[in-house]
Amino acid sequence: MTGGTSGARTAFADRHVGADAAQTAAMLERVGHPSLEALVCAAVPASIQLPAATGGTSIPAAASERQAIAELRAIATKNMVNRSLIGQGYYGTITPAVIQRNVLENPSWYTAYTPYQPEISQGRLEALINFQQVVADLTGLATANASMLDESTAVVEAMLLARRASKSASNRFVVDADLFPQTHALLAGRAEAVGIELAVLPLATIEPAALGECFGLVVQYPGASGLVWDPASVIAAAHEQGALAVAAADLLALAVITSPGELGADIAVGSSQRFGVPMGFGGPHAGYLAVRAGLERQLPGRLVGVSQDAAGKPAYRLTLQTREQHIRREKATSNICTAQVLLAVMASMYAVYHGPRGIRAIAQNVHETAKRFAAELGSTSESFFDTLRFEVEDADAAVAAAHGLGVLIWKADARTVQISLDETVAEDPEPVLAVLTQVLGASAGASAALPAALERTSGYLTHPVFNSYHSETAMMRYLKLLADRDYALDRGMIPLGSCTMKLNAATEMAAVTWPEFSGLHPFAPAADVQGYLELIGDLETWLAELTGYDTVSLQPNAGSQGELAGLLAIRGYHRSRGDEQRNVCLIPQSAHGTNAASAVLAGMRVVVVATDQNGNVDLGDLRAKIEAHRDELSALMITYPSTHGVYEHDVLEITSAVHEAGGQVYVDGANLNALLGYAAFGGFGGDVSHLNLHKTFCIPHGGGGPGVGPVAAKAHLAPFLPGHPLAQSNEHVGLEHGGTPVSAAPFGSPSILPISWAYVRMMGLDGLTRATGAAVLAANYVAARLRDHYPVLYAGEGGLVAHECILDVRTLSAETGVSVDDIAKRLVDYGFHAPTMSFPVAGTLMVEPTESEDQGELDRFVDAMIAIEQEARRVGDGEWPADDNPLAGAPHTAESVIAGEWGHPYSRELAVYPAGAAQARAKYWPPVRRIDQAWGDRNLFCSCPPPEAFA
Amino acid sequence: MTAPADLKYTEEHEWVLIEGDVATVGITDYAQAALGDVVFVELPAVGSAVAASTVVGEIESTKSVGELFAPIDGEVVEANQAVVDSPELVNSDPYGAGWLIKVRFTELPALLDAAAYEELTSK
Repeated sequence: MTGGTSGARTAFADRHVGADAAQTAAMLERVGHPSLEALVCAAVPASIQLPAATGGTSIPAAASERQAIAELRAIATKNMVNRSLIGQGYYGTITPAVIQRNVLENPSWYTAYTPYQPEISQGRLEALINFQQVVADLTGLATANASMLDESTAVVEAMLLARRASKSASNRFVVDADLFPQTHALLAGRAEAVGIELAVLPLATIEPAALGECFGLVVQYPGASGLVWDPASVIAAAHEQGALAVAAADLLALAVITSPGELGADIAVGSSQRFGVPMGFGGPHAGYLAVRAGLERQLPGRLVGVSQDAAGKPAYRLTLQTREQHIRREKATSNICTAQVLLAVMASMYAVYHGPRGIRAIAQNVHETAKRFAAELGSTSESFFDTLRFEVEDADAAVAAAHGLGVLIWKADARTVQISLDETVAEDPEPVLAVLTQVLGASAGASAALPAALERTSGYLTHPVFNSYHSETAMMRYLKLLADRDYALDRGMIPLGSCTMKLNAATEMAAVTWPEFSGLHPFAPAADVQGYLELIGDLETWLAELTGYDTVSLQPNAGSQGELAGLLAIRGYHRSRGDEQRNVCLIPQSAHGTNAASAVLAGMRVVVVATDQNGNVDLGDLRAKIEAHRDELSALMITYPSTHGVYEHDVLEITSAVHEAGGQVYVDGANLNALLGYAAFGGFGGDVSHLNLHKTFCIPHGGGGPGVGPVAAKAHLAPFLPGHPLAQSNEHVGLEHGGTPVSAAPFGSPSILPISWAYVRMMGLDGLTRATGAAVLAANYVAARLRDHYPVLYAGEGGLVAHECILDVRTLSAETGVSVDDIAKRLVDYGFHAPTMSFPVAGTLMVEPTESEDQGELDRFVDAMIAIEQEARRVGDGEWPADDNPLAGAPHTAESVIAGEWGHPYSRELAVYPAGAAQARAKYWPPVRRIDQAWGDRNLFCSCPPPEAFA
Repeated sequence: MTAPADLKYTEEHEWVLIEGDVATVGITDYAQAALGDVVFVELPAVGSAVAASTVVGEIESTKSVGELFAPIDGEVVEANQAVVDSPELVNSDPYGAGWLIKVRFTELPALLDAAAYEELTSK
């Protein structure tokens, strides 16, 4: 299996799986099973195991790395990169090469996890606070979050925010008619699910008095038609009735037009795509959301703030985390848990690299180009930034003619086309102008442009970080400086339970930046995107087979959105059968908090089902809850294997009990890495599931996004899975999807799908199955070695765990006073990222090693955990005081052991080289000491601190 | 930790001090310890009417969000601005400077005495 008798690693699977044949054999011996297959078959209940493969698989035999690249090349050539002037939220942009190479293509950035351990995440936290500063500056609002999934979902979140913050009793939300079409589509579906009434009005032309009662309104600024108008009086009319005003604003336009904040908007949302992030056929990009002062505690998503460390120095961290869905569960007001960190970092660095003068110059060049095109082509637009309209005899004919000449223009209506210009056109306008002259004819047009009253007078990007790194050398070094402060997979293992931090292979990543994948507009004509449709079709087919479902939608751009899409599909199914009263969603106590938050946003009522002491669903309580809600039962959401990392043996009884009562079964696929190739959700009663391609299928975590959360379902739910009004095709594995869209782009974040495609292609079914076995082996090996030091909670049959194990620290804490936090921070001194803390059980650590770590790295981790237990015992024995010991002092910075007198009862060597001399060569030095969480939440500060603060 | 004998208590871990027709409400020492570092407190507006057992505010810590229930029907006559400005008072002095709201009431519901509350928290 591993490279034949020579022991050489030849197949890609041999590179992806960390342990070689000898290590695998040694680990199997430790856990007491003869083979990977025997181990998994002992752990997974026999009743749900797939029958032996019969050969009828859609997944081709494993390709080599070279072969996979060649096939991707062939697919790429079927995409046609025409010059897009479509606009509608997606624009041509120039990614500075220094950012592409040092961020997008740099594993130090893309293999990091969400910065839950802030002491080892200071680099990307600084980049994110820079992003927040860019957004706050340009929108003229007080506080921006660390990014949203995309612009349209950000508008939905802004609507929900307005509803909870508004003093108005109205249930009506007013939507500007001149909004991007994809945003209209999302708003309609999402508002309907939670019972909000939408009213679409032409806000640029109505009298403010005609607004009617509402709790909020949203305007596009500039409008989808390109119109630049002053919404101040409409905003004022909204405020008079206690409603909130949302502006969906173009960040680049804001460099030259008055900011939404200055016009009175309470909330601004939008996309940072045109700040150097390729269109990528729709994503991923970083959306943004900013609020005026007083609304910061209402912000959805992640928010970076400044606190201080144990030495009193400023340090960054995620702030106000208790607002988030995983804490609030069914009381959550948003199910957004992730951000688009990698893309937000890119956009922020675009602003750092260009600075305020550069950004203004880019915006001015785009605008000047638009003025010239308007004048020479005879535009009917009179007030615009970058988007122009033209009257034509036949819009379809004009669009087709331009397409034939390599330029994509947008049909506004039967006799109107429009174009949006960008920095790539501004750099070289002549060829584009020549094509448009041919299509539209030359004629003198209006020379008006921006209304003088809306010219931006306020400054932005004044902080030194935006005025210091404008040469490529300086920029490269700034990116290196920040990357060096962080701990990512390029340093060592990140054993975060439920996060599946496996290898993101270089070959998998290769195609992401190819122009054929990165350069396409999401609404490009179907003829231009045949390669993408083929790749997406392959992936949908493979994922459907692997999960035992009939169809797959890749549209959801995060796991949480996959959950929402799946639940909305269940809701749509019940309603199509006249079962409108079926709105109860059963969720086990042990479920991830996002499940409950998603259910609420799908218009469901959450009823909690008890779990037993092993973390399994309590069958008795489940039956009682089903009985109590028999007529209203909509769905049960379960995670398999459970959030406790256990294969529940009763799963078939659970799913059939729900079905008997007319309910649907949602299986959360977060833990698919423990099942792939051995069992399929659809095979044991699942009707619908979401997967996390950023877990099981190798899309890197990017430091906290992007993600892809496909939703897979049985055929009866297909009509209710996410469709999209602008999709090139709504057919997925032969079934039409017609539900409400959940992402701005028809295929969500397609530019990262080549990663998962390449993974499946290079592993083949055998390799995927082997990876499952190796992941289960790694978790059981860690459990076996640590069991005598930390009790392992919740094991299934034969004492086996699935792909992760929960180490119980509570007894050790009670005996020694050492907390889970202390252990997590001390692991940094040993050179590790901590496991997941206090989830799903407070006072525990959940370890998921994944198949990609070899035995040497697992042993290094286990040895560190054993050493830390011994250190804790010395605290418990009174050898070290409770408040002055290596655990309480962790993590130790270089400065903390060098500067001044050393007055601690343990040595400097023990502080920073606890694993002995061998550690010196690979030492990771944390840049700050332990961060005070409460201080940062009490003293909220979410923009760039002045440089003096770090002196 | 001992619950002061002169106070009444609720099962939601709040204490109530009755003085005439005004009840002062806070959360118990047990509750603040369970919440951990309190970082944000949201209280109802002075003059607003509250109904017993309904949520009228929030107490947010670094690890969770606790809800403030009105122990009694009535009208809020005072909200503790000092706690809004310095939420840590809830941790440092839950029975004193960390009080949350004062409610004018007409009828007193059944409340736990200190012994009954200690019984509740010792389980």
